[in-house]
Amino acid sequence: MRNEWLVPVSRATVFTIALLPFAGMVWDAVFDLLGPDPIEALHFRSGDWTLRFLMFTLACTPLKLLFQWKFQLRFRRMLGLFAFFYATIHLAVYLVLDLSFSWQEMVEDIPKSPYVLVGLAAYILLIPLAATSTRKMVQRLGRNWKKLHRLVYLVATLGVVHFFWLVKADLSEPMIYAGILSLLFLVRIVHNMKGQQFVPQAAPLLRLFLGPKS
Amino acid sequence: MLIRKQSSIPSSEITDYALFKQRRAIIKATGASLIAGAGFSVFPQALAQSGKSLAGVRKSSYSLNETPTDYDDVVRYNNFYEFGTGKGDPVKNSQNFKTRPWSISIEGEVEKPGRIDMEDILKTQQLEERVYRLRCVEAWSMVVPWVGFSLADLLKRFAPTSKARFVEFVTLNDPEQMPGQRVSVLKWPYREGLRIDEAMHPLTILAVGLYGEILPNQNGAPVRLVVPWKYGFKSIKSIVKIRLSESMPDTSWNISAPGEYGFYANVNPNVAHPRWSQKRERVIGGSIFSPKRDTDMFNGYTDQVGHLYAGMNLQKYY
Repeated sequence: MRNEWLVPVSRATVFTIALLPFAGMVWDAVFDLLGPDPIEALHFRSGDWTLRFLMFTLACTPLKLLFQWKFQLRFRRMLGLFAFFYATIHLAVYLVLDLSFSWQEMVEDIPKSPYVLVGLAAYILLIPLAATSTRKMVQRLGRNWKKLHRLVYLVATLGVVHFFWLVKADLSEPMIYAGILSLLFLVRIVHNMKGQQFVPQAAPLLRLFLGPKS
Repeated sequence: MLIRKQSSIPSSEITDYALFKQRRAIIKATGASLIAGAGFSVFPQALAQSGKSLAGVRKSSYSLNETPTDYDDVVRYNNFYEFGTGKGDPVKNSQNFKTRPWSISIEGEVEKPGRIDMEDILKTQQLEERVYRLRCVEAWSMVVPWVGFSLADLLKRFAPTSKARFVEFVTLNDPEQMPGQRVSVLKWPYREGLRIDEAMHPLTILAVGLYGEILPNQNGAPVRLVVPWKYGFKSIKSIVKIRLSESMPDTSWNISAPGEYGFYANVNPNVAHPRWSQKRERVIGGSIFSPKRDTDMFNGYTDQVGHLYAGMNLQKYY
């Protein structure tokens, strides 16, 4: 960005916008506007925003690859941390409001609910990513930082699977997320293939998209 | 046979309905102004249409002695996939649904098959208020003051034959009016079924109203089944056909996911859905801090219906 003073201003703007869904949830909870099933409403809304922020985060690089845009890269860390923020709310709604900290219920429920296990796994994998998001950690981990943060692909995939698994019959919404995620993966894969050397990490993903024979 | 005794309740016991209606009007007025104040218009015409009250409704000893879920929650939190898969979709998408003229065709193993018109049903069937608990397979519940009549009473008019072992119900198939049917989320038209003894049980009713009023479209107008000891999806809405048969009919959710939704679908806290526990339920209308309720066997109707399943393996016949 040519006008460097714009950077903090735009960061503050993105930060404020990213907080709006949370503000909406708090507002609706305080004024009793969450509807007939308020816990489910909070649960769904925080879950939706987790997936959306994961998609925003993963869209940063493809936007650069496709259009040579660079401004969004400044916000990637913040967007990723917001995904973690909404995931934390999502999990807290489940543990605090839905289960009301009933350990007995947790022990009974969780093994019976495969989608909960998938969601929990995704959350646990997000923790090290959030913890190593500071500039210091990026420097300290060096090349390993990038390797570690590749986990976000797995997290996003698990997140979409989590959504698929809890739906009763109407798969249209999880399909939209799956479609967006596939597209974001595809841009990366195609770019890597065009590059000087074939990136071996992309091989398993390639098989996923193009079928085992190609 | 389980034949309901025609209990005579003195009319003096029914008059508190006027008082009830008055209270409803107040609740509605405040509710509507609150919603309007918040800048939302949740019910475009729903309240206007469902405002018509039903006459000659008797109380019933089958009613629960529990406070019903708020009217506003009962009419805006609905699973009615014909009008969309979101809970708030039916109230939005069903307001122009035409419920007149309407008739039900009664076919199959009956001596006198035929078609009965809605007006005829309303004129000839004794309407009763039945305050029942409704437990959804998604682990939430409500208490609904239905207005309806005994399904057995209606079926007997068509003289079921000795071969009638099951009853199949079919919803209207009309993608023009029911936008949800344009998407193949389920196999349309929606169909459900009961064993004949379940259908003839005095708790089983066809509902034509709730809260003393004509059934709102989003709740399954003009006529729906209510089987209070089974998960909500058994209680099929907007019925156009009832068919008695010798063999077990196909049912929509069973076709969609046979491992998850059985023919019986009795409320049972001890048999988990393959993807979630059924031990507890969220009570609709609570706050974010409301605790869950323990789910009762047969949704609390074990004394009345337990004998229907004596000796049956309920793990297998879920």
